[in-house]
Amino acid sequence: MALDTVAIAEKTPNQEQPFAALGLKNDEYQRIREILGRRPSSSELAMYSVMWSEHCSYKSSKVHLKQFGEKAPHSDALLVGIGENAGVVDVGQGYAVTFKIESHNHPSFIEPYQGAATGIGGIVRDILTMGARPIAVMDPLRFGRADAPDTRRVLPGIVAGIGGYGNCLGLPNIGGEILFDETYAGNPLVNALCVGVMRHDQIKLAKASGPGNLVVLFGAKTGGDGIGGVSVLASETFGSTGPAKRPSVQVGDPFTEKVLIECSLEIFAEDLVVGIQDLGGAGLSCATSELASGGSGGMQVALDTVPLRDPSLSPEEILMSESQERMCAIVEPGKIARFLEICKKWDVTVTVIGEVTDGDRLIITWHGEVIVDVPPRTVAHEGPVYNRPFSEPAYIARANAQVLDLPMPDESEIAAAIVKLMSSPNMADKSWVTSQFDKYVQGNTIQSQPEDSGMVRIDEKTHLGVAISTDANAPWSYLNPYEGAKLALAEAARNIATAGAKPLAVTNCLNFGSPEDPGVMWQFAETVRGLADGCLEMGLPVTGGNVSFYNQTGDVAILPTPVIGVLGVIQDVRSRTPMSFDRAGIDLYLLGETFADFAGSQWAYMHEQRGGQSPQADLQREMRLIELLLECQKLFVAAHDLSQGGLAATLSEMVLRNGIGAQIQLTQDLATALFSETPGRVVVAIDPKNSVALQEMSQKYQIVLTKIGVTGGESLTINNAVISLTALGDAFMSTFPKLFG
Amino acid sequence: MKVGVVTFPGSLDDHDAARAVVAAGAQAISLWHADSDLKQVDAVILPGGFSYGDYLRCGAISRFAPVMGSVIERANSGMPLLGICNGFQILCESHLLPGALTRNEGLHFLCKPQKISIENNSTAWTNGFAENAQILIPLKNGEGSFQCDDATLTQLEGEGRVVARYLGVNPNGSRNLIAGISNARGNIVGLMPHPEHAIDSLTGPSADGLPFFTSLLTSMVGR
Repeated sequence: MALDTVAIAEKTPNQEQPFAALGLKNDEYQRIREILGRRPSSSELAMYSVMWSEHCSYKSSKVHLKQFGEKAPHSDALLVGIGENAGVVDVGQGYAVTFKIESHNHPSFIEPYQGAATGIGGIVRDILTMGARPIAVMDPLRFGRADAPDTRRVLPGIVAGIGGYGNCLGLPNIGGEILFDETYAGNPLVNALCVGVMRHDQIKLAKASGPGNLVVLFGAKTGGDGIGGVSVLASETFGSTGPAKRPSVQVGDPFTEKVLIECSLEIFAEDLVVGIQDLGGAGLSCATSELASGGSGGMQVALDTVPLRDPSLSPEEILMSESQERMCAIVEPGKIARFLEICKKWDVTVTVIGEVTDGDRLIITWHGEVIVDVPPRTVAHEGPVYNRPFSEPAYIARANAQVLDLPMPDESEIAAAIVKLMSSPNMADKSWVTSQFDKYVQGNTIQSQPEDSGMVRIDEKTHLGVAISTDANAPWSYLNPYEGAKLALAEAARNIATAGAKPLAVTNCLNFGSPEDPGVMWQFAETVRGLADGCLEMGLPVTGGNVSFYNQTGDVAILPTPVIGVLGVIQDVRSRTPMSFDRAGIDLYLLGETFADFAGSQWAYMHEQRGGQSPQADLQREMRLIELLLECQKLFVAAHDLSQGGLAATLSEMVLRNGIGAQIQLTQDLATALFSETPGRVVVAIDPKNSVALQEMSQKYQIVLTKIGVTGGESLTINNAVISLTALGDAFMSTFPKLFG
Repeated sequence: MKVGVVTFPGSLDDHDAARAVVAAGAQAISLWHADSDLKQVDAVILPGGFSYGDYLRCGAISRFAPVMGSVIERANSGMPLLGICNGFQILCESHLLPGALTRNEGLHFLCKPQKISIENNSTAWTNGFAENAQILIPLKNGEGSFQCDDATLTQLEGEGRVVARYLGVNPNGSRNLIAGISNARGNIVGLMPHPEHAIDSLTGPSADGLPFFTSLLTSMVGR
């Protein structure tokens, strides 16, 4: 292909261009022509097409996402908000914490190992880019039915990819979720969260300011992998025939990333950069246009200086390549020598590819000829915005009207029912997965799976720590996306508080079907509205997030799956409350009331019923519960949230954790007491001598308190039903090994 | 006393090893793979991780790092040297210890608290343990299956050079459940599980790993 330059583009206005194949609609192409006053060169077309893709431009979601700003609660903790690579939160003692979730769903279906691995790589670079040392990762995952043949292909590959990359980076994996539902067949969800820590004065931003400053590319060389990954993979629904798109999936090298992390942290420590951006989706197109937009706008880059793994790459391909493990920094000329020296120490390839200029144009040359000359904001931030039509889908009324018909086991049947529930793939022990992840590295992991939240220490002397939980209840979001988002937020916050950490801030990863379907768009709009309202009510700012659309095969969209991550701070990690008790003779109490909330429950899912009405979120009550948990923390021997699987699951998980049984007495109808999933409930274990104090607190915070039993023995006994820990444990532990070897 | 902890590109548990050294009451000195200067340390730890990305074979490239020339020379003349996980792999590749660490039998990376018994409590790194002490420390690796030929195995067993053995189900297919071995002199120990991640029950499954590091102080003072 002959080189297409800006000069040629000016002379050949009528040349046909393959904008449709690059994912651009006709009106989008026309807008590019308007912006430039001519047809784009092929390199410009490549840049606009990737940057204006759904994945990079948020063109369908923007109009809704702005609610996170409009409804933002006042927060003293927020240091950097939405719009940067990741939000930054003040956690005290001069520390700032940054955290974010991203999706890597589509690549992980095509190529499970590499898709999941580079998902970790990408989110870790986002955190690093803020100036922070990455300190932990988490992975919320969703798959099709556990016994489906394709799940056996994608799940082991995705788990191995997360482990293969994350373990090699030396990042503890401290939590996540794994749930199955047939709607995820063909559209597995691989969300990856990373958290990092830095001092306040170390925060870095993506901006190229100061004319004369150098544009420096460092890290891996650029290859042909992932070209068009963003536009082609993440923004198009898979045809049910499954096109062969393997070359579009990026291939990761965690060793290169580990070295890049250490090299970057050394560079940050010496304050050698003005601005920095990682190269992820849309590669150099994104990094150059975002850096230039973040500054005064002017930048000149000589694209032929980019080091290549494959010398045959065309300039368009270099601009679009999503080769992993690359960073782009803006460096003052006086500091470049030291910058290069540190890169040399770490054997990191580094090249000065351009400089910041006066003016407001991003100009990219190829062996001296201008191939790109654009206002960078039009590429990075002024992409198309769609007000896509949305309307309540027909299934909502139908599903909400459905009356559930579920077996309600009595005392003689309850033991078998609990064993069956706990051996179901959604509820079963996940250590087949989590044992493939390093949770000890860095030596600061206080809690990890299967605890309610992940917790890491950030200061060894003061014992300051942070806790994070990610939660989504897709079956509730399916029935009522507005309430579903609020309920997921409440659950994530509660999971932080059970351990004794105070919720501070929110991130999210919103996984949905096609935005071109008005019903899906309605689910999305309702979810964002619910989350924004919920965050405002709970006083928790949204620091950033990610939207993944087009998770659907043919007409079948995934359940709306807004994964909500809440970060909290704990002043002394030594005082955290674990999920289970370590001794007999401790009293067990239930905080919160139980109603017949079976819609969207695991009990309903096991009996293949999706209908009914989701619970309503009562966030005022959730906040009182959280305050109670934090104020009473010293009283608790253990505290464990109730969520999927209800009280049956919570009690089973508690007794199996340390192999200490419990005798439970319930007065309510047993099936409701055990399998209902009424939100806002926690089981706490306290020394009997503290019962009066707990009762006083329950009155103070108006949270219903019920004594349900006492710890001890080698069984979980409920009224007269006895389940031996051995039988329960065998059922709980054997599901994953049986399914996945 | 100064204990050097080597950082190779891709080392991960170097900070943890240094933390354990300090917890034991010694001074941790950071050593760089490309620098042959051992900075007058009294002992060296090769930490866990994926040095050089485990390319070629685990530890195969690291053994040629400039620092290893000095480490091998000093260890051969009696300096205490502990290789943990990737460090153990490097010791085998350097021929300071016999055998090789191969892919886990289950083919997965495996991270879990592991019970082991200390079978030899007379090495520089294990003299603080009671005989046959049973301890719980993390195991985390993808290539931890210890393999050697029959003659070597007989020799290791016969000379009491099996320092630690897995208890319970064999986690990775290691011959004779071997979790760690030493050289004949007892100054060089290779260990697959991670004692540096078990110095405080707040962050590890126990504090059972600390005696590996305090043992060193005892053996150095005794010399």
